[in-house]
Amino acid sequence: MNQEEVSPPVDAGYLDPGRHAEISPRPGLALLVGTRKGAWILRPDATRSNWTTDGPIFFGNVVHHFVLDPRDRRTLLIAARAGHLGPTVFRSTDGGQNWQEATRPPAFHKAEAGQRARSVDQVFFLAPGHASEPDVWYAGSAPEGLFRSEDGGLHWHSVDGWNEHANYWDWSEDPDGETTPDGSPLHSIQIDPRDPAHLYLATSGGGVFESTDRGQDWAPLNRGVEANFLPDPYPEIGQDTHCLEQHPAAPDVLYQQSHCGIYRIDRPATDWVRIGDNMPSEIGDIGFPIGLHPRDPDCAWVFPMDGTDVWPRTSPGGKPAVYRTRDGGKSWERKDQGFPREQAWLTVKRQCMAVDNCESVGVYLGTTNGDVWASNDEGERWQCIAPHLPHVFSLECADFAE
Amino acid sequence: MKVGVPQPLIGYTKSDLVEAHGTTIDELVHDLDRQFPGIRFRMVDEQDRLRKHVRIFVNRERVRSLEDPLGDDDEVQILQALSGG
Repeated sequence: MNQEEVSPPVDAGYLDPGRHAEISPRPGLALLVGTRKGAWILRPDATRSNWTTDGPIFFGNVVHHFVLDPRDRRTLLIAARAGHLGPTVFRSTDGGQNWQEATRPPAFHKAEAGQRARSVDQVFFLAPGHASEPDVWYAGSAPEGLFRSEDGGLHWHSVDGWNEHANYWDWSEDPDGETTPDGSPLHSIQIDPRDPAHLYLATSGGGVFESTDRGQDWAPLNRGVEANFLPDPYPEIGQDTHCLEQHPAAPDVLYQQSHCGIYRIDRPATDWVRIGDNMPSEIGDIGFPIGLHPRDPDCAWVFPMDGTDVWPRTSPGGKPAVYRTRDGGKSWERKDQGFPREQAWLTVKRQCMAVDNCESVGVYLGTTNGDVWASNDEGERWQCIAPHLPHVFSLECADFAE
Repeated sequence: MKVGVPQPLIGYTKSDLVEAHGTTIDELVHDLDRQFPGIRFRMVDEQDRLRKHVRIFVNRERVRSLEDPLGDDDEVQILQALSGG
């Protein structure tokens, strides 16, 4: 989740994965699955070992993101592409029974003569706003657009501080030129739980950017992050951030899984530290998602992928494993219990790792071959809880109101 | 005039054949949007370009521009081209 309720650190019980195995999860816990062919909701039993699959919702539509509002725990937003008929946002205020399309979906301003024209190809990322702004949402698109709604997702407006920024075309890819497959998305919008005006976002062609004035102005935050596909491998901008996460309980701590490694920054520092250098060299530190423990800022999970040769982007050696750090990235542990031992070429996209906030934290993965994998013990043991869904595009934990 | 509506847009119109008016394709699409809010953005992007997989035919001739004129007796068909899997 992007804006989980901030909890103070609890006792160190999470360091013993067996200790809380029998504690029931919250009754409203669910997994929201966005896929290439619609959305599904998975709900667990008290052990989080057995899950039911409900759906499909918006069957046949491409669902890039599916998010519950953590502020009211009833409102759901779906970022969809209606077949070939363009991008939009759907909203439900009753937990998914009834849906309404946005009256004004995210869209760029119409270009004036001589300007380059952009149109939203995908609404890619949805972020509920700050707890003090209950109807505010942000959306990121491909090509790189930032939009804001102040009425719970019905009307979306361009955040001109990004979309019309004087440096926009230096920071963004040309959608009519050579670009990232499926377009270059703006994603990973993070709102500082201490300050609704303090935002971070990431793009696949620019890196990480920060705003301290609610999005009116932005500055790159990429020092120390490699971009080995550019002539200057450490440029100010141009990095390919795959996933950025701000720690909900320690908001000065951010992690990113980049095209070129895993990094951490402790603000106000302005240089990222490549903690992926501490991964086993035969595995490397390439991947798409990164998940953070909801209470322990030194605990994170990644799902390494093969970034050698022509970038297969599958589990290295066909042997899937999650890697977990409990010391802020100084060391990593391989966690493969329950995954196939060989010939399993899984790919997990950037929005397809989720972490719940149960006492023994659940960690979840969605794969491009349509499986959802779960661990109810902080990554120790894994099981497939929903096989045979379509290609998974996003996975989010939800805590529905009872 | 009569406007044929493709299956993916029937969620908006509730019918595969509707009545709408305009002296150009652009006006017609705006009239459709007035009657069926949201349908225009499914067909036309924010730069007033027809979306890539949307095809509009007038009297069985493919329309290339939203500015193409329409007469009261014209027969309009909107179709969606599918691709991919």
